[in-house]
Amino acid sequence: MASFIIRRILLLPVTLLGLTFLIFFFTSFLSPYQLLSAYVQDPRQLQGGNVEKLIDKYGLRENFMIRYGKWLGQISHGNLGWSLSLNEPVSVVIEQRFPATLELTIYAIIPVIFVGIWLGVVASVHHNGVIDQILRVFALLGYSIPAFVLGLLILFIFYGVLGWLPPGRLDQWAQMIFFSKNFHHYTGLATIDALLNGNIPIFLDALKHLISPILTLSYLSWAGLLRITRSSMLESLGQDYIRTARAKGLSEKMIVNKHARRNALIPATTVAGLMFIGMLGGVIITETIFNYPGIGSFAAQAATQFDYAGILGVALVYGLVTIIGNLIVDISYAMIDPRVRLG
Amino acid sequence: MMEGFLKILKKIAKNPTSLAGLLLVLFFVIVAIFAPIIAHPEYPDTPYQMPQSGWSSIPQPPSWQNPFGTSEGQYDIYYGIIWGTRTAFKIGIVVIGLALIIGLFVGTMAAYFGGWIDEVLMRITDIFLAFPFLVGVIVIITMLGPGLTHVMWALVLFYWMGYARLIRGSVLEVKENDYVMAGRALGTPGYKIITRHILPNAIFPIIIQVSMDMATIPLTAAALSFLGLGSPVGYADWGQLVSFSRNWIISSSGGNPFAYWYTITFPSLAIILYAMGWNLLGDALRDIFDPRMLV
Repeated sequence: MASFIIRRILLLPVTLLGLTFLIFFFTSFLSPYQLLSAYVQDPRQLQGGNVEKLIDKYGLRENFMIRYGKWLGQISHGNLGWSLSLNEPVSVVIEQRFPATLELTIYAIIPVIFVGIWLGVVASVHHNGVIDQILRVFALLGYSIPAFVLGLLILFIFYGVLGWLPPGRLDQWAQMIFFSKNFHHYTGLATIDALLNGNIPIFLDALKHLISPILTLSYLSWAGLLRITRSSMLESLGQDYIRTARAKGLSEKMIVNKHARRNALIPATTVAGLMFIGMLGGVIITETIFNYPGIGSFAAQAATQFDYAGILGVALVYGLVTIIGNLIVDISYAMIDPRVRLG
Repeated sequence: MMEGFLKILKKIAKNPTSLAGLLLVLFFVIVAIFAPIIAHPEYPDTPYQMPQSGWSSIPQPPSWQNPFGTSEGQYDIYYGIIWGTRTAFKIGIVVIGLALIIGLFVGTMAAYFGGWIDEVLMRITDIFLAFPFLVGVIVIITMLGPGLTHVMWALVLFYWMGYARLIRGSVLEVKENDYVMAGRALGTPGYKIITRHILPNAIFPIIIQVSMDMATIPLTAAALSFLGLGSPVGYADWGQLVSFSRNWIISSSGGNPFAYWYTITFPSLAIILYAMGWNLLGDALRDIFDPRMLV
């Protein structure tokens, strides 16, 4: 077990280097002037004919490997450049917006895991019955409705028609308090910070803004987890040890809960981890629809406004989170399933 | 070959949901092929440009002239949906075709030769997989600039990995079979073993995946158009039609939100039915090709 984890962790720097290489390779399409924003920490640096000097300083006219090396030096010091679309350093933007996205995805993944697995178990127990068929339709809709359509429909119903769930992250009044000096930011998660500050109205306001994007994000993932759990449950219900359990005269409830479900949960765990990573990508659409100020809506905004420094920063954050996420999934998989670490 | 095809068709026809999927896909294929007849283009040179009947920004309800109404900017929604079907097929076929070629090449090489070639190719695949799909695509589009061609390139660049892994897996499985060993023992050259013996036997999982992806890829492109990164304004594209409706169905001015229902209903229906058709067909093919179901 330990050697498996060590091997995976030793591979981490190699993957990270490959990732930064790939990201920087994409900038080959850009001219030195376009790329310069990824190095500048303040637009005032560009005044008085300094542009050419800076281009020389960062080696933007040199060959690819030299440029790549100098860029690595910059990002390892936390300098990600200046975001043209938000007029702030990219590192500041990410620091402010990443917690918002994290808050959204964490709240979205929890119901997905519980409800998705539960529905999958129910569907497999009622294999080919009425409930199974209804859940099939439900899953099919989840697969076939794209996020931007579902999000707009939810916005239309709960905001356009009913006026209950507004877009954004906080109402105006709540923002005034949230960003005031007396309000302490322990985690950056609006709901948790509000509770820690003992401010219930802000907690409720943040929750109100979170419901629609959570609904959008999670509905599309329930379906996937439901299908995986259903098929792996069906597979494990057909195994010999289940027949043995039945022959022993165990109750059906016992067989499903104790014998079948435990084994069926192995693939579901992996899928849930990958789903969380996929969700981080899915927030680009969802956050844009609901005007939610996270890293996803920043990505979309940066892309439409040619904010090269911004998009490079976003790519780095996403790559890092994905690599670490995959590592955690692999390790937990090895912990649950002995065949992986021994095989 | 023909016989096998008929057998598959018969099996699909037996199951009502599978049949529904096949009919939906056929319906959209027919709409795409006969688009010039169903929605006659005013300017045959630029058929993908949606005709405008005026410049007013306020959408107009369905009428004799515009059966599905007009969107913001007076684009005919009916025309946009019909020609948008062609756009969806064009994107799906080009992107999946190119991604499949790359995936076939990388996957077969890695599995057939093994050793360090396998190791290097798979690590490169891993690095491409280190981005959530949409993030990778958006990074490339930012660098290249928006537009439909750039969207397609970006989609290809971040979609071949799934095929490569799938093909590597099934080639590894097939490679161990006796008939491949026999071919090798007889001195058949490597490329012939790959194209004659290995690929035809490893291709079934790919067909299922392609059917599912014919839903995923055009919808991703539509999502990018929705964000304003895809097709140019006025191009017949489902995602763009949906984005046109955004400002009208959530009007905070206090007007009746249902007044502009047609701006979102028809494009969304087209998107959902199209995706449903391909997903149902993919499900049906999986049931048919899955060897465990044959026993």
